[in-house]
Amino acid sequence: MESIVAHQKDLNFKATELRLGLPGSEDQESDQEILSKNNNKRTLPQSAHDEEDCESKSSSDHHVKTPSVAKAQIVGWPPVRSNRKNNIQPKKTESETGMYVKVSMDGAPYLRKIDLKMYKCYPELLKALENMFKLTIGEYSEREGYKGSEFAPAYEDKDGDLMLVGDVPWEMFMSSCKRLRIMKGSEARGLGCGV
Amino acid sequence: MNPTLKKPRESVNLSELTQSTFPDEVLEKVLSLVQSHKDRNSASLVCKDWYNAERWTRTKLFIGNCYSVSPEIVARRFPKIKSVTLKGKPRFSDFNLVPENWGADIQAWLDVFAKVYPFLEELRLKRMAVSDESLEFLAKSFHGFKVLSLLSCDGFSTDGISSIAAHCKSLTELDIQENGMDDISGSWLSCFPDDFASLEVLNFASLNSEISIDALERLVSRCKSLRVLKVNRNVTLSQLQRLLVRAPQLIELGTGCFLPDLTSRQYAELESAFSNCKNLHTISGLWEATYRYLPVLYAACASLTFLNLSYATIRSGEFSKLLTHCPSLRRLWVLDTVKDEGLEAVGTSCPLLEELRVFPADPFEEDIVHGVTESGFVAVSAGCPKLQYVLYFCRQMTNAAVATIVRNCPDFTHFRLCIMNPGQPDYMTNEPMDEAFGAVVKTCKKLQRLSVSGLLTDLTFEYIGRYAKNLETLSVAFAGRSDWGMQCVLEGCSKLRKLEIRDCPFGNAALLSGLEKYESMRCLWMSACSVTMNGCRLLAQERPRLNVEVIKDENSDDSADKLYVYRSVAGPRRDAPPFVVTL
Repeated sequence: MESIVAHQKDLNFKATELRLGLPGSEDQESDQEILSKNNNKRTLPQSAHDEEDCESKSSSDHHVKTPSVAKAQIVGWPPVRSNRKNNIQPKKTESETGMYVKVSMDGAPYLRKIDLKMYKCYPELLKALENMFKLTIGEYSEREGYKGSEFAPAYEDKDGDLMLVGDVPWEMFMSSCKRLRIMKGSEARGLGCGV
Repeated sequence: MNPTLKKPRESVNLSELTQSTFPDEVLEKVLSLVQSHKDRNSASLVCKDWYNAERWTRTKLFIGNCYSVSPEIVARRFPKIKSVTLKGKPRFSDFNLVPENWGADIQAWLDVFAKVYPFLEELRLKRMAVSDESLEFLAKSFHGFKVLSLLSCDGFSTDGISSIAAHCKSLTELDIQENGMDDISGSWLSCFPDDFASLEVLNFASLNSEISIDALERLVSRCKSLRVLKVNRNVTLSQLQRLLVRAPQLIELGTGCFLPDLTSRQYAELESAFSNCKNLHTISGLWEATYRYLPVLYAACASLTFLNLSYATIRSGEFSKLLTHCPSLRRLWVLDTVKDEGLEAVGTSCPLLEELRVFPADPFEEDIVHGVTESGFVAVSAGCPKLQYVLYFCRQMTNAAVATIVRNCPDFTHFRLCIMNPGQPDYMTNEPMDEAFGAVVKTCKKLQRLSVSGLLTDLTFEYIGRYAKNLETLSVAFAGRSDWGMQCVLEGCSKLRKLEIRDCPFGNAALLSGLEKYESMRCLWMSACSVTMNGCRLLAQERPRLNVEVIKDENSDDSADKLYVYRSVAGPRRDAPPFVVTL
């Protein structure tokens, strides 16, 4: 709607404007020009080269290479040395900083924090938790959770739900775990399939 | 000087002088005081005596295009060279337009130099291919070697640098900048012998591998004449402090990473270290500098003339504050993260500014509207009338703004404007940017270097040909309408030496219109234009003293995709790779 109104406003302008151009080329160009005026977008390279095709006094060898691909794909443009491009990136990328989550244990006076990126799989994580809190967690089974253990590891996911550690693949766990909670086995009965 | 010219009355003595031999020793003594190679080139053309005196006294060699002459020719003419500056690849190789293994290998030169100039002391290379073997050869062949500078070179690794460190006992300068090199390890720094103490310049800012900070501290302590130290981003602030207290005499400093990680006591120590550096004229580096730690610099900024913030993504607030402490600034390099507000601060705080370079932090982001605009540039021009050199990357510009800018600063010698979207018009009037560059060339009579951008018709080039009479270097991309544009430039710019063109509709007629011109130029580059192999062949035929080289893309049609033309007294290249066709 907006562009139609603007088009109508500009039509008067366009009608009286003195231009060089082959008849019939007007509409296509004016659309693109209006697009650039209204949206404050840069003129597409195509329109620049369309004008060239109409107005140039070129020889028969002339063939304008229209950059029809996105600007980022033009080799060597903008003319910034690759050294300069690479050097501005922050040195510590996201992959280098840790992924720390809080770990609470029922009954403990204060929480701890661990870096999930230090571990590649569940057994490693569970071993670390066992060491940190001086307890045993035991074996995970899909049917029965951490059956027989005094403690069960649970975590709060992105939705705020309390989940049992071990159900989902490790990567999925890594991306959804917001904090860990080590629950007493007796309380954990509700999470597993019965202890 | 015509010896037979008879002047009246007391001039008999004069004519005696002009006729009798001017003793060679005196002529050589006088000429040895002439430093500029351009002046020396002129002097050598006066007469045979002067040619000989000049060649015997020249100690510094400058070769702007390594293929314009051969090492053998150079060795025959100049017997006493101590310092060599060599440039190789065409400038557009910096932007990946030249394939790898194109040439410009230094080894052929080193082989000759080792025989003829065993006392060579300085080698400064730009865009040359340099291997580790060459660096080792260099280190072992020239026993008094002092200065190595590598800018934009490629083909070597830190192993090569190790050879230099280990073997060049008299080294005073090691300057490694922006090269395409293999950064294997920082152990090169530990290769300097324990008693080595002659270093005056050390720049390893562009190397990324970790060096031994202990080794660096000891080196800095030993080298009492150290005046330039530019470390890489692995050096932390606390490590920097320990270096600064050992080298308060520094004139140029490139810091490491400015990430905040100091206790308040360490912060105070760093601040004190900076305030003890009373001679600092240049500061660079400053990776990840933020408002929190920039103030440590303030005490050292009073006599600062060059501030290079082009690796620091700082914002206008902390930038403006920093600038208020730098009233003597003459050169400023900055990222466009400072925005127009930051540039307004430049206009307010830096009245002596002569050079400004604004680099894009995100050159390939299309849809984000940020960076600097025409207003920032106008603001700087209003407050800095002494501006001579500008490099400005932006996403929008207007003809009116540029006209205002050059009205404020008519002394531009280098005007490089890059509107990052190719072929973009004046964003307010939607007209081509012809009048902008017209204003530049009409107003700035001393203009030597110009880079144009934006939507440009042939009118821009008519203006350039008509008004830019001192222009030596012109860079053109995505511009022009027809051969006429290029013809105007070739015909009108009498001092033109370097012309580089990409993605423009200039074809054979334009190329051949410069037949009379190219031998007076260093080089011509044309890529993705409308020139054909036939046109190039014709040029090569008509001008046998030019090297006409074409790099073709994979298609088999007649287009000369990348053309490089340059004058040479050495004949066609003998080391051209298969993809370079010499016509």
